[in-house]
Amino acid sequence: MKIAEIVKSCKLQVLSASGSLDREAAGGYASDLLSDVMAHSNKGDIWITLQTHPNIVAVAVLKEICGIVLVNGRKPEQDTVSKAESESIPIMVTDLPAFELIGELHALGLRGKR
Amino acid sequence: MLKCLRADLHIHTCLSPCADLTMSPLRIVQAALARRLDVIAICDHNSAENVQAAMNAARGTDLSVCPAMEITSAEEVHVIGLFADAGAVLNMQKKVYDNLSSGKNDERLFGEQIIVNEADEIMGYSDRLLIGATSISIEEVIAGIHELGGLAIASHIDREAYSILGQLGFIPENLPLDALEVSSRIESNQAKHLFSQISAHPVITSSDAHNLDEIGKGVTIFQVERPTIDEMRHALRNENGRRVLLEK
Ligand SMILES: [Zn+2]
Ligand SMILES: [Zn+2]
Repeated sequence: MKIAEIVKSCKLQVLSASGSLDREAAGGYASDLLSDVMAHSNKGDIWITLQTHPNIVAVAVLKEICGIVLVNGRKPEQDTVSKAESESIPIMVTDLPAFELIGELHALGLRGKR
Repeated sequence: MLKCLRADLHIHTCLSPCADLTMSPLRIVQAALARRLDVIAICDHNSAENVQAAMNAARGTDLSVCPAMEITSAEEVHVIGLFADAGAVLNMQKKVYDNLSSGKNDERLFGEQIIVNEADEIMGYSDRLLIGATSISIEEVIAGIHELGGLAIASHIDREAYSILGQLGFIPENLPLDALEVSSRIESNQAKHLFSQISAHPVITSSDAHNLDEIGKGVTIFQVERPTIDEMRHALRNENGRRVLLEK
């Protein structure tokens, strides 16, 4: 499923790399511990988190994560957005809590295990 | 005789991937002296390989350099360990390296990790993933620091990222921290007011400098006889007339 479709059906707001939304999300991963994401996320995952620090972008690039969704109305730091822009990592935000958003993603057919 | 020593106990060098490349031990010492600091602590992320160079660079000056490290716990909480001598911090470093997340630093994504000597000469580059986390729980990090005679301080608790409040939500009651650090972004009286309600721990402030301009932006005054770990411990505990004050 393309990120653009996820953005549309979950009503996400895109804050960076809006030119990269035709990328495919192969699955999803949810975690607020960066070391855990480094260890356990899969290539092509969309990542659901509360963390807003610029390091989330570096982790996403390293792990080939297709996009990051910040939940609960979290706003990324300015450095995070500019780094995400230059690394072409879409950062999206939603007011939904993680549990609700992940439920929607699951209903769309995205899985955490594959 | 008690003196008032101006201390900035949280300064990164060019070994930290996120720090400015100009943060060489020699330049840090010069900047600290120019800003009339009496004590600094060299705190790189999960490494102490530039500590000895900074101590050497300060030799013969009025500046004391405290060997230290900013350790990332398994919960991704930053904890500063301040030590009495370079041997102790290197022992801590061994424990940290043994438990640091595997993988190599990506210089393009995270930044260079430069090991420098006291004359500003590049000795090498660390390829460890210093930005990563250790698998050591915060309790064990603090216990490890204490076993080596050091002081354990929770970093920048007023910030969301990598702080004990951001990661754990509150400060566990029986955690034997020696102090809590607030960053210079928050006004010190406001900090004392905010954080005295949630914890009985003493509060200090430091710059968490990642570039030369930031050195001395957060200063804690230690009223002590000498700039030693034992004296600083007394000051944090308000013992024997020793005490700490946050500089405005
Ligand atoms: Zn820190
Ligand atoms: Zn720091």
